[in-house]
Amino acid sequence: MVRCFLIHTVCPVSALGAGESRLLYSRLFGPDEGIFSDRERGLSPEERRLVQKERIAVVARQVRSAISLSREASARVLGETVPGEEALALQEADSGVVRLRAGDPFSEEMSALWLGVQSLGFTLVCEPHENLLLAESTLRNLARHCLEHLHMLGQGSEVLLRSNRVDALLSRLLPHGQLLFLNHRFAQALEKEVAAYMAK
Amino acid sequence: MYSHGAESLIKQAREIQESELQKFYSRLVKLLQGKELGHETVDSLQRLHLILSATKYTRMLPPELQKKVQSLLSSPKEHFQVLSSAVLRETLPLSGQEGNYNQENLSQLNSHAAALLLSQAGSRADLSSLCAQLLRSLESRQSEGPAHSLTHTLPILNTILTLSPECLTADHVTLLSKKLVDWLRYASITQGGGASSGGFFTGPRSRQPVPTAELDGAVSGDFFTVLCVGQGFTEDQWMNVYSFSMLRHWLLTYHSVSSGNGTADTANRLQLSLSLSYSFSNDDRSEVDGSVVSMVSATSSSGRLLPPKERLREKSFQYCLRLIEQSDRKAHKKTDTDLQKACLVEAVCILDCVCEEDASLVFRAFPCIKALFGRLSSDLSFARVLLPIAQFYLNHGEMAAVDCESVWKLVFGRFPAELFNDHFLAHELLRFLRLNLKSLQCRVPHYTRSFPNLLKFLAWDSPAVVDDFVDLLPSLVTAGTAVELLHTLLDLPCLSATLVLQVRSTCLPISDPGGHGLQSPDAYRNPSFRGLFLFLLRGDAGSGDTIDRLSTLHELLAETTDWPRVVQCAQTVPLLLHIFFNTVIPGADEKLLSHLILVMLERSSLLLNIPEYSKEIHRVFSSHLLRFCKLHPSLVVDQSHELLEFAGAITNVYSKEEIYTHVVWVLGEFLSVSCDSRCSVRLITSCFEALEAVLFEITSSVPPPGADCPAPRVVTTLMSALAKLASRSHDLIPRVSLFLSKLRTLTRGGSVAWCSDEEDLVAIVTRGEELWSLLKAPGVAQSVLTPPPHVTTPQWHRDTNVAMPLRLRALTSLTHSQ
Repeated sequence: MVRCFLIHTVCPVSALGAGESRLLYSRLFGPDEGIFSDRERGLSPEERRLVQKERIAVVARQVRSAISLSREASARVLGETVPGEEALALQEADSGVVRLRAGDPFSEEMSALWLGVQSLGFTLVCEPHENLLLAESTLRNLARHCLEHLHMLGQGSEVLLRSNRVDALLSRLLPHGQLLFLNHRFAQALEKEVAAYMAK
Repeated sequence: MYSHGAESLIKQAREIQESELQKFYSRLVKLLQGKELGHETVDSLQRLHLILSATKYTRMLPPELQKKVQSLLSSPKEHFQVLSSAVLRETLPLSGQEGNYNQENLSQLNSHAAALLLSQAGSRADLSSLCAQLLRSLESRQSEGPAHSLTHTLPILNTILTLSPECLTADHVTLLSKKLVDWLRYASITQGGGASSGGFFTGPRSRQPVPTAELDGAVSGDFFTVLCVGQGFTEDQWMNVYSFSMLRHWLLTYHSVSSGNGTADTANRLQLSLSLSYSFSNDDRSEVDGSVVSMVSATSSSGRLLPPKERLREKSFQYCLRLIEQSDRKAHKKTDTDLQKACLVEAVCILDCVCEEDASLVFRAFPCIKALFGRLSSDLSFARVLLPIAQFYLNHGEMAAVDCESVWKLVFGRFPAELFNDHFLAHELLRFLRLNLKSLQCRVPHYTRSFPNLLKFLAWDSPAVVDDFVDLLPSLVTAGTAVELLHTLLDLPCLSATLVLQVRSTCLPISDPGGHGLQSPDAYRNPSFRGLFLFLLRGDAGSGDTIDRLSTLHELLAETTDWPRVVQCAQTVPLLLHIFFNTVIPGADEKLLSHLILVMLERSSLLLNIPEYSKEIHRVFSSHLLRFCKLHPSLVVDQSHELLEFAGAITNVYSKEEIYTHVVWVLGEFLSVSCDSRCSVRLITSCFEALEAVLFEITSSVPPPGADCPAPRVVTTLMSALAKLASRSHDLIPRVSLFLSKLRTLTRGGSVAWCSDEEDLVAIVTRGEELWSLLKAPGVAQSVLTPPPHVTTPQWHRDTNVAMPLRLRALTSLTHSQ
């Protein structure tokens, strides 16, 4: 099961400290794991929400540092692609996986898959026994749709103002965090539904 | 991509004034009261979502607004479902509204409303009720819902059982097992959605059902799976996809071996499966099952005889075998090829899981797995599929008496050597090692000698995998290979540079016209230096601890010391060295420890010249040298020759201050008869003379060009060491005293060439005076500077003769009796 899907910055943001990451979209799946832990059971709902937000902030920060170290090591030159070149942007994107130890920040060990498209990162946090090949291709697919439907290569802020599109996309391709084995026909059928939603 | 506009939007959302917010709320309420909800409403709801989600502190909505938004959850237009669910997830439910998990209308839940319920669940009980409701609706569903109105049921159940498997009762598990069997094995094999085989002129009546196809275009010959395609799909084919997607997790949760399957069951099943019958499924869906059958179905055991859990296991088994067969076909699209790989991984993992549960399945599964391994082992692009196969071999290979050598050769040989730069493979392979450490150490004797290969993952991408190596390194430390491992760890940055050169040389043409003026790629290709690089790139330990021409190698790689990969790798080495030493020390004998000391002394000057690297390594060496000697003081006498050689070299004072200080300290402290009876007067005297010479030298002349003044700590440590040695051999005392008084006279004149800071000089002189006055009373000096063991390891509370309470009592009774 995928625990969360994030879209966040991986470039320096002036309003934030170095190494911090601005979350543009976050979606946690399933019930809050805090209700099962003894330590967090006594928390009020507001406190629980706070803990959740902090948790995903930690994930975003860790992924950001992993991406910047990886880019530094491979000495990549980030190309500037313009709207319309989504496929190219995706091809040039770098990807990897971060091991999140148990307790840091989820109670169990997790694997955070990331895809770095220029200054933004798409992250999928899933349980380590999950099929990472499938998760990888799902992540790429999600990123492609986000880039296209939200015009993310441009200067607009649709990812913030049209987050319902990402929700709808996730409800088809990653329903409640479930990775799906979709061959091209099934994927096409779902993508048609997504396109119909986006068109309204 | 990330613009100022977005940043300022977030800022606005966070800093919105309360009055403006209330105005916004009331405007929204008005909008929602209208009959027709249009674009403006959507935009406003979206803005509301942004305001709520931009901050981590919860904002509460006015109840009226919240109620209105809640009613949108069941709106016919999906936009409103999505938005209301998103908005409500960012705030808290209205008081009195939590826990509405027992309502009857839960069966009409759409996916987005269900997501909200999930996120608001406050306890296991809530989730149990939700499960119960979902399963009830699954059982008694109406068939007139839209194509996949119930498809979200399985994903929701999957998330619940991820965190809380107890939410499903045994009945639920049985029910769902039955359903899963139906969907997995008995989904329709004709295309849905009105596909027809007729041409343009065929009417509805002449529409014949078209069978589904395989990914390479052939007609499907067996039951439907995720690798079958059609123009459209029926509902149960969708459920087939959703069922398979959660199958492994289901099996892991409810079918794990620890959940009570005894050996009696296994025996029964063994009997059943040995009596192979060719009966097809004569269950609920028997009329659908055609006569076209592939190998998989034909060799299955009769389905009806098994209870639901076991049936699911059997059907999962068949499904996986069919997927493996289907993955051999050449798909037309790349996404399908990728899917085939993912299916292979999943199929092998599920087979592993069911074979754990029912050992009799191993004999049916192994031929297939072996064939798959044979097919894929030579193709490195399938490396990630071969890892689950390796796991299968590890778990079941012994039982099936299969030779696993070729598997391990791949996993420990080719994969690290050739695919070290594949992030995902590295992650998965290291995870495989971590999870199976104990079995690997038993079953794969070669494991502990494969560290040169495994460390290639670390050398290439240290930040990503250092965490895994922190866990794995202890298992790679053995007495036989410890020295070689130490050398390998110290040369990890060199390995890092070499791997970069290797990758570059395969990418760039032989004669690189651009040149960049780099020496190292040429050196890499130069045959006379080939041996050096080949040693670094070796796959197995055992062919030698290190090479003679290390300094040559370091020179050749001198320009790589600022490459980011090399620098990142160098930063992880000190940590790994600490782990190495912590693991080695407890089990090591003196012989090994002596050898390690020699390596430390030798390598302290033989390191790749990365800024700060040497310093960090010296620090690690120093602290562990101390530990060694404290544990086994006789090591100092053993290695006195080498230690003295090190301590007598004046250049070491300037270039390796940290280690030098510790070596001198160790000599002063442990070169005594009480530590080792072999310590002779002659030895003490020769040590004394060596240290004395160094001390004279550094305190009487200017430091050599390019070097700073010696650190004050070095001088004081030398002085203390000399005093300690003198206290053990009293005829040396006059010599020390003479030197110390001379020192005092010399420094009275003010500054000296060898010490730049006045305060430091004062400290040095003070120490000199203390030692001088101490040495005036040799007996006292001896007990202070060479204290007997019972002083250094006090056991006051344990020793009856010196226990504090006893003494106090004695004193009290003495004073009171008077």
